[in-house]
Amino acid sequence: MGSSSRGWIRASLAWSGVAAVTIVPVGIAAFSPYLPSRNMPYIIGGFAGIVGLSLLFVQPLLPAGYLAGSEGPAGRRWHRWLGGTIVVTVALHVGGLYLASPDDTVDALLLVSPTPFSVYGVTAMWGVVATAVLVLSRRRLGLRYSVWRLIHNGLAAIVVFATVIHALQIEGAMEPVSKWMLCLAALAATGVVLLDLRVVRPFRALRKPSMD
Amino acid sequence: MTDAPLSRRSLLVATAGVAGTALLSRPLGLVAPVMAAAGLAPTATMRGGANNYRPNAPMVDRLGSGFFVRGKVLRAGDGAPLRGVRIQIWAATVLGGEPDPVNHGSVLTRADGSFELEMAQIVPNFGQPHAHLAYDDGAFQTVFLRPVMPSARDTSVSADFVLAPT
Repeated sequence: MGSSSRGWIRASLAWSGVAAVTIVPVGIAAFSPYLPSRNMPYIIGGFAGIVGLSLLFVQPLLPAGYLAGSEGPAGRRWHRWLGGTIVVTVALHVGGLYLASPDDTVDALLLVSPTPFSVYGVTAMWGVVATAVLVLSRRRLGLRYSVWRLIHNGLAAIVVFATVIHALQIEGAMEPVSKWMLCLAALAATGVVLLDLRVVRPFRALRKPSMD
Repeated sequence: MTDAPLSRRSLLVATAGVAGTALLSRPLGLVAPVMAAAGLAPTATMRGGANNYRPNAPMVDRLGSGFFVRGKVLRAGDGAPLRGVRIQIWAATVLGGEPDPVNHGSVLTRADGSFELEMAQIVPNFGQPHAHLAYDDGAFQTVFLRPVMPSARDTSVSADFVLAPT
């Protein structure tokens, strides 16, 4: 009884923590003084980017099964669902910004923009596109699962890193301190999960038989 | 500080910006090597400078208050100040976005080649607080500038033109 209630407390604390890390930066950005002078496509495009960034923090936690209810196949199912949501946020981000200023958005997409962060945003965008293709054509590609997984992880690392650099260099609706915290959280989550799933757990699985 | 005239630093900053975009600008042929050797080199168009340009912004006394866009217009080669040159200015401000007509206006240069437009506070747009300035009237080669403010809290930004005759 005592241990199950402690488990419940731990689970709800973990979920509350995740909710706080993802929701607080978005909430603070909603009060940005820059919003009143922006039109609706710009605001939607900007917030799609902020939401997408915060989802990048949650995304690696799901297949790792760190959160209560995300253990095993359930976590991978949520991971796939959230992956689709991230694709939608990227589409809304680019589409909204295109409607707000076609000139600036096309410059960014063609890598001729004067803004240093555009190249990271475009890198992350193509990383997300490549991931979507990788996921949707998994059977057709005929890759061994271990190889497919490694490509997926590599792309994910690129997407998270590029998105973080992109976000940090931008002066926009996000409040700087909450932005930094969200970015560090996304990097930490990605790094810890990659290390856990690809190094620690396989290493333990190798060691176990010999130790018994 | 905001009243400081055209400083050497802003010229250097502008030069650095031009150097940074040299890769792109050179094919546009805006830098004339002969002119550069002869004297003051013409200003090259900055990357993204023409974004959200609406030709023939109306002549205005001001576009709001509290923020100043300043600069100087000189002739390439001998560096003579150019008087009565129309400079078109636009930016995203607290009044609206970059394409918004309320944020577009033109001013003429004074006898010393300087110009100034008071407008609403510029806010970051597409990730950077910046203004757009254009010379696009035919007597000289067209130049689009896109100076970035070091801080979004700045209440002025300056950009200078060195124009080459067409």
